[in-house]
Amino acid sequence: MGQQHDAYFVPAKSYWPFVAAVVMFTTVFGAAHWLNAEPGETGFGKSVLIIGVIGVLGMFFGWFRSVINESLAGNYNSQVDTSFRMGMMWFIFSEVMFFGAFFGALFYIRMFSVPWLGGHGHGVLTHEFLWSDYTAAWGANGGNGPEQAGGAFRTVPAWGLPLLNTVILLTSSVTVTIAHHALRAGHRGKILLFLGLTVLLGATFLYFQAHEYIEAYKELNLTLHSGVYGSTFFMLTGFHGMHVTLGTIMLAVIWLRVLKGHFNKDHHFGFEAVAWYWHFVDVVWLGLFMFVYIL
Amino acid sequence: MSYAATHDQHDDHHGAPKGFFQRWCMSTNHKDIGTLYLIFSLTMLFIGGSFAMLIRAELFKPGMQLMQPYFFNEMTAMHALVMIFGAIMPAFVGLGNWMIPLMVGAPDMALPRMNNLSFWILPFAFLLLLSTLFLPGGGPAGGWTMYPPLSLQSGSLAYAVFAIHLMGISSIMGAINIIATILNMRAPGMDLMKMPVFVWSWLITAFLLIAVMPALAGAVTMLLTDKYFGTNFFNPGGGGDPVLYQHIFWFFGHPEVYIMILPAFGIISEIVPTFARKPIFGYKAMVFAIACIAFLSFIVWAHHMFAVGLPLGAEIFFMYATMLISVPTGVKVFNWVATMWGGSMTFETPMLFAIAFIILFTIGGFSGLMMALVPADFQYHDTYFIVAHFHYVLVTGALFAIIGAAYYWMPKWTGNMYSEFWGKVHFWNSVIWVNVLFFPQHFLGLAGMPRRIPDYNVAFANFNMISSIGGFLFGATQLIFVGVLIHCAFFSKKKATDRVWEGAKGLEWTIPSPAPHHTFEVPPVINDDELAHGHVND
Amino acid sequence: MTSGGIRRSFTAAAALALASFGSVALAAPGPWQLNMERGASTWSPVPYHLNNVSLAVCTVIGVLVFGAMFIAMFRFRKSRGAVAEKWSHNTTVEVVWTTIPVLILITLAYLATGGLTTWADTTGSQMTVKVTGYQWKWRYDYVDYMGKSIDKVGFMSKLDTRSDQTRQLGSGMDPFAVKVGDENTYLLDVDKPLVVPVDTKIRFVITSGDVIHSWWVPATGWKIDAIPGIINAAWANFTTPGTYRGQCAELCGQDHAFMPIVVVVKSKADFAKWLAEQETPSAAPAPAPQTAQVAAPVAGKQG
Ligand code: HEA
Ligand code: HEA
Ligand code: CUA
Ligand SMILES: [Cu+2]
Repeated sequence: MGQQHDAYFVPAKSYWPFVAAVVMFTTVFGAAHWLNAEPGETGFGKSVLIIGVIGVLGMFFGWFRSVINESLAGNYNSQVDTSFRMGMMWFIFSEVMFFGAFFGALFYIRMFSVPWLGGHGHGVLTHEFLWSDYTAAWGANGGNGPEQAGGAFRTVPAWGLPLLNTVILLTSSVTVTIAHHALRAGHRGKILLFLGLTVLLGATFLYFQAHEYIEAYKELNLTLHSGVYGSTFFMLTGFHGMHVTLGTIMLAVIWLRVLKGHFNKDHHFGFEAVAWYWHFVDVVWLGLFMFVYIL
Repeated sequence: MSYAATHDQHDDHHGAPKGFFQRWCMSTNHKDIGTLYLIFSLTMLFIGGSFAMLIRAELFKPGMQLMQPYFFNEMTAMHALVMIFGAIMPAFVGLGNWMIPLMVGAPDMALPRMNNLSFWILPFAFLLLLSTLFLPGGGPAGGWTMYPPLSLQSGSLAYAVFAIHLMGISSIMGAINIIATILNMRAPGMDLMKMPVFVWSWLITAFLLIAVMPALAGAVTMLLTDKYFGTNFFNPGGGGDPVLYQHIFWFFGHPEVYIMILPAFGIISEIVPTFARKPIFGYKAMVFAIACIAFLSFIVWAHHMFAVGLPLGAEIFFMYATMLISVPTGVKVFNWVATMWGGSMTFETPMLFAIAFIILFTIGGFSGLMMALVPADFQYHDTYFIVAHFHYVLVTGALFAIIGAAYYWMPKWTGNMYSEFWGKVHFWNSVIWVNVLFFPQHFLGLAGMPRRIPDYNVAFANFNMISSIGGFLFGATQLIFVGVLIHCAFFSKKKATDRVWEGAKGLEWTIPSPAPHHTFEVPPVINDDELAHGHVND
Repeated sequence: MTSGGIRRSFTAAAALALASFGSVALAAPGPWQLNMERGASTWSPVPYHLNNVSLAVCTVIGVLVFGAMFIAMFRFRKSRGAVAEKWSHNTTVEVVWTTIPVLILITLAYLATGGLTTWADTTGSQMTVKVTGYQWKWRYDYVDYMGKSIDKVGFMSKLDTRSDQTRQLGSGMDPFAVKVGDENTYLLDVDKPLVVPVDTKIRFVITSGDVIHSWWVPATGWKIDAIPGIINAAWANFTTPGTYRGQCAELCGQDHAFMPIVVVVKSKADFAKWLAEQETPSAAPAPAPQTAQVAAPVAGKQG
């Protein structure tokens, strides 16, 4: 704890937090107004939302730029570094819990609500009185509930694109680790190469994911409306996709920072934070591949 | 590591920066941000309280007097959301901001800029939430629990959901900051097991926050997609289940209620030893009890759902788990009493509130334990017995602890003593009227009055009128509180000493009153006899 | 204590006596009622006794804990020259006051579990009634009775007109004037009550047509949620004929306060007669309405 003799860096007053609050508000206000707009009417929501999003991006740019400058100015002693690390780790933990909510929903639906509707265990009467002609099953035959919400559909076969995507993400995890070791060893060329590879792999993953969605909608009639199967499928893969996008962007930024020589072998929190994040995204995917695609 | 760089950053080194916007909107100072949190929380207490006054006014006598039922439901939901997310939680974060760095000898919070963001999100979040009252769709009127399918009928659901997302982000960042501060910013020699119990309680609370806030975010996100994007999470026709929402919500909701009481436990554990002039009894047990409660809070959520038709096994499991929580909580209550035993007590206002807390929170806990017994809960559930329970733990629990903390630390914040006389007037009025307000609600619940109703059978008339009168007077009493605060901050002639309270121990009392804008920029030297809880080696 | 206070606590005490002893079968809540009612079904004493026992236990613990605290506050006050002692630890007492609560809890858990298991067992019921909640009224369909199924008996049950007019904002009507006999039934009366036989194990299968409601007649000792798309089951076996009143107990929208429940328990003979009347074509069951609003009044009128 705080053994250093140089003072802990307490930044001067900054307007970025306040700006951040304003733009976040603008974004969600726009979004809410847009969602609530009557089918016919064209509210100002959409435009406010766009302004907000742009604002958020600008805010991140500005805020992080000042942080990077401070970091380069050498303001951050190892104690500050520890604070950042803790911050990042607990942030990732909160992300885990967020996905936890959706995985929890998936498990509950597959283990309880669908079987019960089909008359198993606790659901005997529910089935007898309300859904007597529904046979519980997951996937294409039953995954969209007794009312066949969203109509008949087919599921995405696990051993096609999803498998490929798994391989891609796993490799990207390896490449980012290699880059990390290279960073510790101080081989800049090697870092740039493998970090670049990681970014590309992330991008390819996203490309395939988009492809898969289009196919799901066009060929398989698997949509967000396809009962709880569609709901869980798209919410889980969708949120994961967003995180991959974010991670890829962050990796790209780090790549640029490496190019600019921002990091050295014992001072590269930014790099590690993003690497952690990437591993987290990777692990989540393994969960998805297991419980959404295979089982 | 150039000192220069560190230094010119500190252009506001001595004393606060000039200029309103600069000082309050651009702050990176834990004391200023703490003050912002506390002021915000007081404002929200009055807004949420005004809603409560409307509720009590409509319930003053049978028959619909003042408002349409729908508006009443809006009041009920908003009252709870404003009080929980606007009054109680920000108050604790504010206290944490102010005191934790002082108590562990840190120069500031670990991530000062994020700290400011955590605060400034809140006013905007509540702007969004409260604005729904004026929108065509109307505000959320499905209770603060927002159960589907009812909540999906609400016109402006999206606003409420996004407001909750913002509050969640704010709480999570606040919690991360507090954890980082406690784990990484302690002065050398301030070992974990020497920290004040208040700091411990916040460390554990912060962990709870990070663990469950995302679950709430997930739950309301599913509401959002079910309403606006045609997903089927809560629609049996599509294979979903409305009860799923309740599981996720209460997985958040129950830890949430402990989030609102653990820091209160911490506060009481600071105040009681000070005015008993005797170290806290069983420091280690106290810390361990808090950890136990936090752990158990993750496996009791379905005690809010005993009447939704859970399988027998689930009912039994959650009943037992819930009952267990009484044990660590009991340990805390007993230890507070044991701290007083053999002490040398005086009864200044903070101590009075602490004592009221111990008695009245325990009463709330008792009713909680009664509700944990499933067959009995079949009768209690969704009646005013519940309303009585949680107001005893929340108002005479959480809120009283916060008020006590305000009296306890105000001299350190402002440098002035508050008026002991008016403090006591405030206390006695609060403690009397709050019981007139909430105790009769036990009887109403037992006699069968459901909650969340704007009108009732005449059999419930007597106790409702008593409760309403208590409510108005308790509300009016809080105006005294504001008076005391303002007087103490701006007009009080009586300067506070650094120590403030004769029996006060801990780092926060070693610095001048009022606390200078920057403290502990050089880590203090820890002297064990100075610590709040003496030597805790035994 | 003020004389008013004294008078109040007097009435209170009297009422307590009344509530706890005189409550063989409280048909509806009474003024100044302080305690839970015993109910009028074979199972309803379970929650009633659990309530009393746990309340007693808590009261005793409370008296001890608070008593000790007040003694401390009196004996160890600075103004009486008390000098603070130094100890801050004592393993034995800590062990004691951790174990004693555990033992108490085990006893309570034992009592509660027994009652719960009997409640959960709906087997061997002689009659089935399907209950469906709508915004804001109830529908009752008689499914079977004494082994043979009933198909034509079903109707809507909603707030009685008198209460409904009185409860309108600014109606100027007096809630105290809404009575059946000398019983105050404001918001606790319906146009067409549920009729069931006494001494019969009745299985209620409960669901909803729109949002979640909760079917609660305190005399049965339980309430259970009516959830759209899901069936919940519970049973009651009424021990005494009479009229028992309850309300919807889960927030279900603006008129949540205005969808009461009335159960009329008749002797088996009378019930058989009533059932026969219902089955005659004149009283064909109203179809379950699509939306909550339509068809309700029609259903209300018949029978
Ligand atoms: C600060 C908030 C807070 C706290 C601390 C608690 C504490 C407890 N609560 Fe409470 N509760 C709420 C806030 C809180 N609750 C809210 C807001 C709701 C309603 C939500 C809604 O529906 O809107 C609720 C609802 C609620 C329910 C659901 C009721 C229903 O809807 O049907 C239940 C059921 O078990 C319950 C139980 C408990 C228990 C067992 C405790 C225990 O932690 C209490 C433990 C303490 C003691 C028991 C006293 C001290 C102990 C001793 C002196 C030791 C000896 C005692 C014994 C051995 C008995 N609570
Ligand atoms: C978190 C803390 C918290 C706090 C502090 C309070 C404080 C109060 N609550 Fe609240 N309450 C809840 C949490 C809280 N409540 C929750 C979670 C619910 C459940 C909601 C649901 O069912 O979904 C609830 C529900 C609830 C109900 C049931 C509503 C219903 O079921 O329909 C009632 C009814 O009496 C009530 C009353 C009060 C009163 C009178 C206060 C008083 O303590 C308030 C005192 C404070 C003030 C009055 C403000 C200060 C003074 C002024 C504004 C000046 C003007 C006033 C006068 C001059 C008289 N509350
Ligand atoms: Cu139906 Cu409340
Ligand atoms: Cu709980």
